[in-house]
Amino acid sequence: MAVNDYIRERFFPHLWCAGCGHGIVLNGLIRAVEKLGMSRNEIVMVSGIGCSSRISGYMDFHTLHTIHGRALAFATGVKLSKPELNVIVPMGDGDALSIGGNHFIHAARRNIAITAIVMNNRIYGMTGGQYSPLTGPGMLATTAPYSNIDQSFDIVEMAKAAGATFVARTTTYHVHQMADIIRSAILHEGFSVVEVMSQCPTYFGRKNKQGGAVEMMKRMKEITTPIGSKKKVENPDLIERGIFVELDKPEYCSEYNQIIERAMGGY
Amino acid sequence: MERCRMVFSGSGGQGVITAAIILAEAAVLYEDLTAVQTQAYGAAARGGATRSDVIISDTVIDFPKVIQPNVLVCLTQEAYNKFFDIIRPGGLLLTDTRYVKSQLKVDARQRELPMYQTVMEKIGKPIVFNICMLGAVIGLTNLVAQESIMKALKDRIPKNFLDMNRDALALGLELGKNSQ
Amino acid sequence: MTRRIKFIQGNEACVEGALYAGLEFFAGYPITPSTEIMEHLSKRLPAIGGKFIQMEDEIASMCAIIGASLTGQKVLTATSGPGFSLKQEALGYAVMAEIPCVIVNVQRGGPSTGVPTHVSQGDVMQARWGTHGDHSLVTLTASNHQDVFAMTVEAFNIAETFRTPVILLFDEVVGHMRERLEIPEPGEIPIVNRLRTAVHDGVDYHPYLPREDGRLPMSDFGGVHRYNVTGLVHDMWGFPSDNPKIIHGLLRHLVDKIENNASHIAMYKTFYLEDADTVLVSFGSAARSALHIVKSLRKRGEKIGLLELQTLWPFPADIVRRYCNKASYTVVVEMNMGQVCQMVKTAVDHRERVFLANRIDGVFITPTDIKNILRLIKGRGV
Repeated sequence: MAVNDYIRERFFPHLWCAGCGHGIVLNGLIRAVEKLGMSRNEIVMVSGIGCSSRISGYMDFHTLHTIHGRALAFATGVKLSKPELNVIVPMGDGDALSIGGNHFIHAARRNIAITAIVMNNRIYGMTGGQYSPLTGPGMLATTAPYSNIDQSFDIVEMAKAAGATFVARTTTYHVHQMADIIRSAILHEGFSVVEVMSQCPTYFGRKNKQGGAVEMMKRMKEITTPIGSKKKVENPDLIERGIFVELDKPEYCSEYNQIIERAMGGY
Repeated sequence: MERCRMVFSGSGGQGVITAAIILAEAAVLYEDLTAVQTQAYGAAARGGATRSDVIISDTVIDFPKVIQPNVLVCLTQEAYNKFFDIIRPGGLLLTDTRYVKSQLKVDARQRELPMYQTVMEKIGKPIVFNICMLGAVIGLTNLVAQESIMKALKDRIPKNFLDMNRDALALGLELGKNSQ
Repeated sequence: MTRRIKFIQGNEACVEGALYAGLEFFAGYPITPSTEIMEHLSKRLPAIGGKFIQMEDEIASMCAIIGASLTGQKVLTATSGPGFSLKQEALGYAVMAEIPCVIVNVQRGGPSTGVPTHVSQGDVMQARWGTHGDHSLVTLTASNHQDVFAMTVEAFNIAETFRTPVILLFDEVVGHMRERLEIPEPGEIPIVNRLRTAVHDGVDYHPYLPREDGRLPMSDFGGVHRYNVTGLVHDMWGFPSDNPKIIHGLLRHLVDKIENNASHIAMYKTFYLEDADTVLVSFGSAARSALHIVKSLRKRGEKIGLLELQTLWPFPADIVRRYCNKASYTVVVEMNMGQVCQMVKTAVDHRERVFLANRIDGVFITPTDIKNILRLIKGRGV
C-alpha cells in the first residue's frame, strides 16, 4: 500500500503550526506501519487531548479520540476486549505524564500490549504554552513567566521503573530511527513506550529563544547521542536515544486468556 | 405461619452473620418460604457487637430490617447489653451461659443454654459454635427443618467439615428442644 | 448446573441480571458498598470467556468500558458516590460519542467519603447532571432483587437501543440485603443486542447518521469500517466540526433520542392507587418502607397508595401527574433532602400539596418514620 492509503487525505492540510514536530511523527508512524504491512482494519489508534492527540484523526485506522490524559485507559478496554487488534496510543507529554500519569504507569505495570508514543515537546501547545511536567527548570512558559521551578520526569526512566518491557527514545530529527523504533515497538509483545522528542517552535521555542523549527531540530541532533556512544562518556549531559529496554515478559492479555482457561475448567 | 423476626448478635468472628444467612437460605431454597437477611456493615463487623437481622415469612416482606425481634440471640455480654431491650414482648431471648450473664429484666422467654460449653466438650472446635446456636434456635422455634439447614450448609462448606457441622447442629437442636 | 432460585445480595442480583443481558466486559475499582459486584464478576466473567479488569482508578474503569464497548461488547462498571463523581467526565464522553454502557451506582451517604457503609439516596441529581453540558441519559432503580435483576437487563437493553450510557442507581440497603431471586429462563425477558450496520465493505458507512427511527447502527472496531470516534462535536462521519448547524443538530439529537422516548423508558409500579387520596411516591429501598406503611394503613381504612418509580431519568413527569395531581397529599419518601420531591412538585398543579418524608442520618427510613411524618403533614401530631 502507498503511504497515502494510511491517511485521511480530506483532512489535510493538518491543523498543526508550521514547523511543529507532530507532522514528522505522523510521517514516522505511517512509515512504520507501511513496513509492517498490517491491515488498517487491525489497527486502533487511541489518543487523548492536545495537539498530539489530533494525529489519530489523520490516520485511516479505527480511531478513538478520547479525553485528556485517559487514552491509555480507553486503549486498555479496546485491547483487553479484542486482543487481536494492534493498539497504538500517541500522546503529548502533558497528556501522558501529567493528567495521564497514573494510567501511564499502570498500563506499563500490567505490560499490556499497547504501543505508547509520547510526543514530547515540553509544553502544552493546544492551550497556548503553559509549562508541562517535561518543561524543565529554568525554562519559560506562559504560566512560568519568571522561570519554571518544576523538575522534569525522565520518560525513559519512568517507563522502565513502571515495568514497560519496551522503552525507547528518538527525536523528530532522526526520522529513520523513529520509523524503525516505532515499528519494533508495535511488534513488541508487551507495553512499549517510545519517547519522541519533538519541537514546538510556536510556544516552547519562542518563549525560550530557541529559534525556529530548523534551529530546534538541529539542537535535538546536538543534544542527543546513540545509546552507549563515546560522545556520552565525553559529555554526560547528552541525552541518549535508541532502544533502552526490550524484554520478554508475560503480556496481560495472554495471561488473562490463561485465567479464562482456568475459570472455564474450574468454575 | 406467623412472621418471625430475628436478630442474631455477638462479636465479629463468632459467625452470627453466617448463621443468619444459612437459616434464611434454608428457608428460601428448601422450604419455599420468604426471607430477608441484612447485617451491620462497617466497624461493627470487625469486633464490637455485631448483628444480623433475619425475617422469615410465607408472604412478601417489604421492610427488611428488624426493629423488635421475636427471637433475639446474644452470644456476648456486650451484644446482650446493647440489644436485650429491643426484644418483642413475649419473644424468645437466647443467650450462651459461657459468655452472657442475663439480668432477666425483659418480658420474654429467656433461655440460657450451654452451647459453647457443649460444642467444646463434644466436638472441641469453637468454629461450629454458630451452627450449634442455629440448632438451638430451630430446636426452640421449629422454624425450618434440620435437613434444610444441612442442605444449605452443603452448598457453603467443604465436604470434610460437613460432619462436624452436622454434629454441632444436632447438639444445638437437642439443647433447644429440651428447653422448649 | 446453576440453580434458578438464589438467596443472594442485591449486588449479586445485579451481576446475574448483567450476565443474563449478555455482559462481556467489566472494569471497576473497589468501593463500598458496590464492591461485591466486581468480586462476583471477577469469578463469573472469565468462566464464560468474558473479561474482567480491576483498573487503577474509577476514571480508568469508565474509560476502559467505553473502549471495550467500541469493539462490540456489552460493558459494565460499578461504583458508589465518590467513584461516580470521578466517572462523570468519561460518562459525558459516552453521551457525546453515543457509546452503549451501563454504570451501577450503589448509593451511600455523602458528600465526599460521607458514611461509606450506610444508606442514602443522595445521588439522584448527580446521576442526571453530574457530567457537564446539555445532555440526556437514562437512570433506573429498583427496590427488590427481582427488580434489580429486571432493571439491570433493561439497562443493557436501553443502552443498546439508544446508544447511550444507562445508570443503575441502587442503594446500600438493596445492594447488601439478601433475599430470593428467581432467575428467569433464557428468553423470558427479551434481550436487545447491538444493532450493527448492514453497510458492506467499500461502501461509505456513516457512524453518526441516525436512521429514520433515530437508531444508529454500529460497526465494531476491528471490522471493515474505519471511522473516528471523538468527544468533540462531530459530523456524521465522526469527525470534529464547529459548524453551528452541526453543533445544534447533534445536541438536539442527543437529547431528543432520550426525551422523545421518555414514555417508553418510564417504568414504575402502582400499589393501591385506585382510590388513594394520599399518594406516596418512592423508589429504591425507601419504597419498601413506604409499601409496608401503605399496607398497614390500608388495613386501618386509610385511602393511601404508593407510586414506585423505577425510571428516575428521564423524569416520568406524566406518570407522576397522572397519579398525584388529584391527591390531597403527595408524600415523597426518599433518603435525601428532596431530590425527587422537587421534581414531583414540578409535575403537579398544586405543589403545596407535595411533601417530603425523608431521613438523612444514614439510618434506613422505617415505616414508623413515614407514619409519623404523615400525621404531622395532616396536622394530627405524632
